[in-house]
Amino acid sequence: MRFIDEYRNKILIDTLLKNIRAISRKKIRLMEICGGHTYVIKRYGIDNLLPHNIRLISGPGCPVCVTGISFINNAVKLSENKNVIIATYGDLMRVPGTKKSLANARSEGANVQIVYSTLQAIELAEKYRDREIVFLGIGFETTAPATAAAIIKAQEKKLKNFTVYSAHKIMPPAMIALIDQGIAIDGFIAPGHVSTIGGAKMYNQIFKKYKVPIVISGFEPVDILQSIYMLVKQIEENNSEIEIQYKRAVTFDGNLKAQEYIYKVFEPSDDYWRGLGIIEKSGLSIYKDYFDFDATKKFNIVNENNVENVACRCGEVLKGLIYPYECPLFQKICNPENPIGACMVSSEGACQAYYLYGN
Amino acid sequence: MCLSVPGKVISINNEVAEVSIGGAIVKASILLVDNLKVGDYVLVHTGYIIQIIDEEQATETLKIIQDMQND
Repeated sequence: MRFIDEYRNKILIDTLLKNIRAISRKKIRLMEICGGHTYVIKRYGIDNLLPHNIRLISGPGCPVCVTGISFINNAVKLSENKNVIIATYGDLMRVPGTKKSLANARSEGANVQIVYSTLQAIELAEKYRDREIVFLGIGFETTAPATAAAIIKAQEKKLKNFTVYSAHKIMPPAMIALIDQGIAIDGFIAPGHVSTIGGAKMYNQIFKKYKVPIVISGFEPVDILQSIYMLVKQIEENNSEIEIQYKRAVTFDGNLKAQEYIYKVFEPSDDYWRGLGIIEKSGLSIYKDYFDFDATKKFNIVNENNVENVACRCGEVLKGLIYPYECPLFQKICNPENPIGACMVSSEGACQAYYLYGN
Repeated sequence: MCLSVPGKVISINNEVAEVSIGGAIVKASILLVDNLKVGDYVLVHTGYIIQIIDEEQATETLKIIQDMQND
């Protein structure tokens, strides 16, 4: 496939590895923020190809993983309301709540439907006019515009039975929080598709505060290795910049139309991230003009405290404090068939990537 | 959830484009992009086209690495 095959080319991979080895001297820790990157790194064994002085650590860029348990509990509770049909991306289904997951609730008779796109949730609302369709909005800058577009579409269609329960989040405040919390990071491999929407400019604030090298990366092995090369070069030259490796999809300004959608419908609000706690202005709440489409308003949803499973160390994995295999549950009682924590559920979760492709 | 796949636009009808992704045809909303044309390569994410791939930049990125080989 075009724009995929050429970025998996072995000769290019070898060239990049050779060049990384040639310039890399310092002992460094690079964080790949995005769970999609973690998956590719493990699948292709990229971490094992690098010189030993370069360590890759996973970050909080897995939407399902960082979503608090209270959101899952509230979604399960809503799904048990006979008037409600929950529409959700498949990733959320098996995330354990305190008592059960959405998949458990469905097996007990709750109406939970997996959708591939927010537009399918709108179709459900048109089809089942006598039921309330609640779409679970999760994800970062990449998915938020699609949720916003659906809300605007629902308004155009005058749908009275469509709402969104939003756990949408934005990435830069979490990156700042990581460094604020003292996590040692020498450079960020920044998320390609989040940046497709937000543009390189979205990192101005963190860069201004911490001057940490940032390279926005694509998702194929060549992309990731080239990004690592660019970061190593910056670090070895005592330089720090925001650079774009993924230039075929990312610009400085990003997708302005998608940004317009986000900020028409949402406004930044304080939000809870598993592992990181509450981060100021890191979430996206539905703006007052669209309260009719806000499930928290329609169903009086109250956020409980997020009391996570104490044995699960997903929160530390999400901050790059431990590798998945350092969790005592990993591979023993926690596996993709029987996930104890969210990091094992999602294909973007570091625990699942490490489970599937080895340590 | 942040996975997004490249494909080629084969038709555009009102707000929806048909995109060929490795031979499979998917329908994707065009609401989030401007100036989309048939033949463009795009990134599709959760049923929406989120970006038109810049082919010139794609070639340039590969060229930078190819040039490293010759150094």
